[in-house]
Amino acid sequence: MNKLLKLSAVSLIAIGSFGVQAGIFHSDTLKDVQTKGSLTCGVSTGTPGFSSPDSSGNWSGIDVDVCRAVAAATLGDAKKVKFVPLTAKERFVALSSGEIDMLSRNTTWTHTRDTSLGLTFAGVNYYDGQGFMVQKSLGVNSVKDLDGASFCIQAGTTTELNLADYFRSNKMEFKAVTYDTSAQTKGGFEAGRCDALTSDVSQLAGLRSTLKDPSSAVVLGDVISKEPLGPVVRKDDNTWLNIVRWSLNAMIEAEELGVTSATIDDASTSPGIQRLQGKSGKLNESLGLSKDWSRNIIAQVGNYGESFERNIGMSTPIQLPRGVNQLWIKGGILYAPAFR
Amino acid sequence: MFTKLKSLLYNNEVRAILFQILAVVVIAYFAYQAFDNMMLNIEQRGIRSGFGFLNDEAGFAVNDNFFLEYSPASTNLQAFYVGIVNTLIVAITGIFFASVLGLIVGISRLSSNYLIRKMATVYIEVFRNIPILLQILFWYSMALSAFPSPKNSISFFDSIFLNSRGLYLPRPVEGVEIYLVLASFIIGVVSYIFIKRRSNKKHDDTGIETNTTPYFAGLVLLLPIAVYFASGAQLEYPVLKGFNFRGGVDLSIEFFALAFALSIYTATYIAEAIRSGIESVDNGQKEAAAAMGLTQTQSLRLVVLPQALRVAIPPIINQYLNLTKNSSLAAAVGYTELVTIFSGTVLNVVGQAIEIIILTMLVYLTISLVISLILNIFNKKMQIKGK
Repeated sequence: MNKLLKLSAVSLIAIGSFGVQAGIFHSDTLKDVQTKGSLTCGVSTGTPGFSSPDSSGNWSGIDVDVCRAVAAATLGDAKKVKFVPLTAKERFVALSSGEIDMLSRNTTWTHTRDTSLGLTFAGVNYYDGQGFMVQKSLGVNSVKDLDGASFCIQAGTTTELNLADYFRSNKMEFKAVTYDTSAQTKGGFEAGRCDALTSDVSQLAGLRSTLKDPSSAVVLGDVISKEPLGPVVRKDDNTWLNIVRWSLNAMIEAEELGVTSATIDDASTSPGIQRLQGKSGKLNESLGLSKDWSRNIIAQVGNYGESFERNIGMSTPIQLPRGVNQLWIKGGILYAPAFR
Repeated sequence: MFTKLKSLLYNNEVRAILFQILAVVVIAYFAYQAFDNMMLNIEQRGIRSGFGFLNDEAGFAVNDNFFLEYSPASTNLQAFYVGIVNTLIVAITGIFFASVLGLIVGISRLSSNYLIRKMATVYIEVFRNIPILLQILFWYSMALSAFPSPKNSISFFDSIFLNSRGLYLPRPVEGVEIYLVLASFIIGVVSYIFIKRRSNKKHDDTGIETNTTPYFAGLVLLLPIAVYFASGAQLEYPVLKGFNFRGGVDLSIEFFALAFALSIYTATYIAEAIRSGIESVDNGQKEAAAAMGLTQTQSLRLVVLPQALRVAIPPIINQYLNLTKNSSLAAAVGYTELVTIFSGTVLNVVGQAIEIIILTMLVYLTISLVISLILNIFNKKMQIKGK
């Protein structure tokens, strides 16, 4: 009798506590990150210029720089980032399950993703569009010439949907060969499984530069969609959303103010620069960060322009022009909300 | 009253049942709590839930589609069906070729010919010991580089084409004529089975053997062909237009790579099951068959194999199930089956991981249970009938 009573008592307590725990759900990503001492950031499995590891495992790219900026803002050290490579299919589940603190993996901001996945886009760090790469020998000059062609695409991307939309609206036929990773799409393209490879224009440049013979392929001039790429966070943590959003904005603001990693600590009388340096204003308080958060970002990662030139600019193998990703005062559409 | 209850509690039978009920309640409660917790979290994170997404427009194209209606304008539910059909097709193709190959190799393993025996052993040892995923990737890259480009396709009678993108076959044009051909084929098969049964019964009763091959040729092969020409049914031939072949039916190279790798791999296990089955048959059976004047082939077909299959069928069922489940590795080469289409693309577009994974698991569970059911019935039939 005693045994039986004990057993039922224990199981009742276990059940009870389980039920109570299940009820309350609250997340504080900033606290988690600071307790862990590192930021867990979801990146691609290797997209040159955006997020790719070198031979010794150091990640670099403009998406990686967003992770580093957030680490600099929250932990004071841009190096304290743990990168988790994710395929396009895995990325959202990894974020909503809490496996990563933020996602910075050339992810297109769409209505559905923003509203029905429990996620929020924190901004845009690259304005992209979908383009096409074809074998030069085909003699194709425009997407309109590709009626009936086969396309290598990455599964689980907006690319897959845009391609179908475009060919439907132009009443053309096509065949889609879908692979898991962008390296596989390149493999299929090189082996002749498809006539064209379609992806974001920025990625095409990177992929072309890694072909065995880059001159055998051309990137067509047509762009069939808009792909604003940016970092993503979970919807349930507004403070964290603000931290990621304003870390990116700080980089853009710094470029606009003409402040670089080399000049951030120079004394300045400009109120804007002083706010960025953390010498005046209280921009840190509502974010729960230390006063030098934005100074750390610029000092350790650099401003947006520096990050761009270092990773995908004309001096790199990827050679992307600034184009629309130029500051608004220089004719582009890059525009950080007021930093005050 | 209390003492009565107490004595009831100490009753062994009552206790046994009580503990079982308690265990079930605890497990059920934990499962319910876990589910409830999950739904709560989903709701709090603002993730859409429910099965409404099945009626939304899919919006993406599917490479392999054999006979279902599908276009990017179709719904996610239709994409789901295409995925199921593609999984079934690759599984059935794989099971068929794995069984044929497995049977041949299994018998060869016990051949008296040294070369055949050793070749079978080497084949089994090599392909059984390499992970299936690597084999799929290997055959895929082999196929991509071995076959020519669409412009230089290998052509058979100008109606069947093979290139590095797939196999292109003529397709019957839909209409009354094609149903006539199909009907005559079914009639032919049914009447042939009837004739075959009668001749078997005659053989059992009187020992007189009738040759049914002419009936087979006439009813199953010639009849549908005759009806095809008489009714004027049309075939649509694949034609090279621009970049690819258009028209006809196409089987993608991804399908071939996957079906081939699955067959080659699973055949090794089936061969081993067949071999162990044959070895389980007492040698006296073979000697008795030889003493009765049966040839080697007759002895194998009529005496050894029927007894060997009794032992071999249960492990073969497992291999059929494995093959079906392994077909989900298609994602590696981009064959568009259930996992690639539904747990891949649809999951990404919609984002409802739990619903989609549950549906996918249910499909595999159903397919596996149906396969085991069919083979268990077959197994029962093959067992020794106690008299």
